[in-house]
Amino acid sequence: MIKGLLGKKVGMTQIFDESGSAIPVTLIEAGPCYVTQLRTPERDGYVAVQLGFEEVKPKRLTAGELGHVKRNNLPPLRYLREFREKEPGVEEGEKVTVDQVFGSGDLVDVSGVSKGKGFAGGVKRYHFQGGKKTHGQSDRWRAPGSRGSGTTPGRVFKGARGPGHMGNEKVTVQNLKVVLVDGERNLLGVRGAVPGPRGGLLMIKGARKQ
Amino acid sequence: MSEVLRAVEAPANQNIPQLRPGDTVRVFIRIKEGNNERTQEFRGTVIRMGNGGNNANFTVRRIASNGVGVERTFLLKSPRLEKVIVERHARVRRAQLYFLRGRTGKSSRLKTKFSV
Repeated sequence: MIKGLLGKKVGMTQIFDESGSAIPVTLIEAGPCYVTQLRTPERDGYVAVQLGFEEVKPKRLTAGELGHVKRNNLPPLRYLREFREKEPGVEEGEKVTVDQVFGSGDLVDVSGVSKGKGFAGGVKRYHFQGGKKTHGQSDRWRAPGSRGSGTTPGRVFKGARGPGHMGNEKVTVQNLKVVLVDGERNLLGVRGAVPGPRGGLLMIKGARKQ
Repeated sequence: MSEVLRAVEAPANQNIPQLRPGDTVRVFIRIKEGNNERTQEFRGTVIRMGNGGNNANFTVRRIASNGVGVERTFLLKSPRLEKVIVERHARVRRAQLYFLRGRTGKSSRLKTKFSV
């Protein structure tokens, strides 16, 4: 069976385990997903499974997208994402639900698009120390300081950290423990936080580094 | 809060009555020591209620030996809470009784309310 699923972040809460400890949990509305296409070595040069998630009104999709899902008589789907998988173990048109894919105690990697922070300064973006707040300083509290050396090399090296756009990029959190699987409500609970806003699309995969 | 979040909330503990700030309560907590489990009691005044699904909590303040104030916050939905007994209610005019922290002795008493 494929070890991956698409989902939507619901939010965080905490639940109590058997010993009574409260553990922080992110709830994910995971699936049901549909296998919209299989990538094969003969045709595409690699093996992968394309999953579709979240049914929408037909008018939300373009004619091309509609035709793509119609090939396997599937409902219109908002998101399509590919999962590289050596042995897919699924057929095109198949429905995949949480309880088929993940079990309690599994480790998963969760990817999402992080919240955009706009043009952020060095303090927020790279945890620069900033300047002194007292001792007669003015306007230097959150200044980045020096970006490099002096006359030699006489320029700023590429890749030097500094202010710039932050967030709104793909972020993966590895090895989150699955603590809750509810096939009826299509719910998945993982220990800890995941990237992105509530309602954001998430890719959940079996952990790479177990 | 989202409906889905509410769905995974733990059921309310039947052994915990409705609490209010100012109540004098006895809280019984299950404590694990190695393989043994025992119940510990904490008696004091509720000085604050906190809402929030599975994170709902309340804080109890008591004066321990040598007049040292001790506050402990309990999670309302925690399975470690065995039961809570309300010994008496008090007439209070605010939701957080932080003013009790600065008081000792006679001035830290609250007026008992006999009907809720």
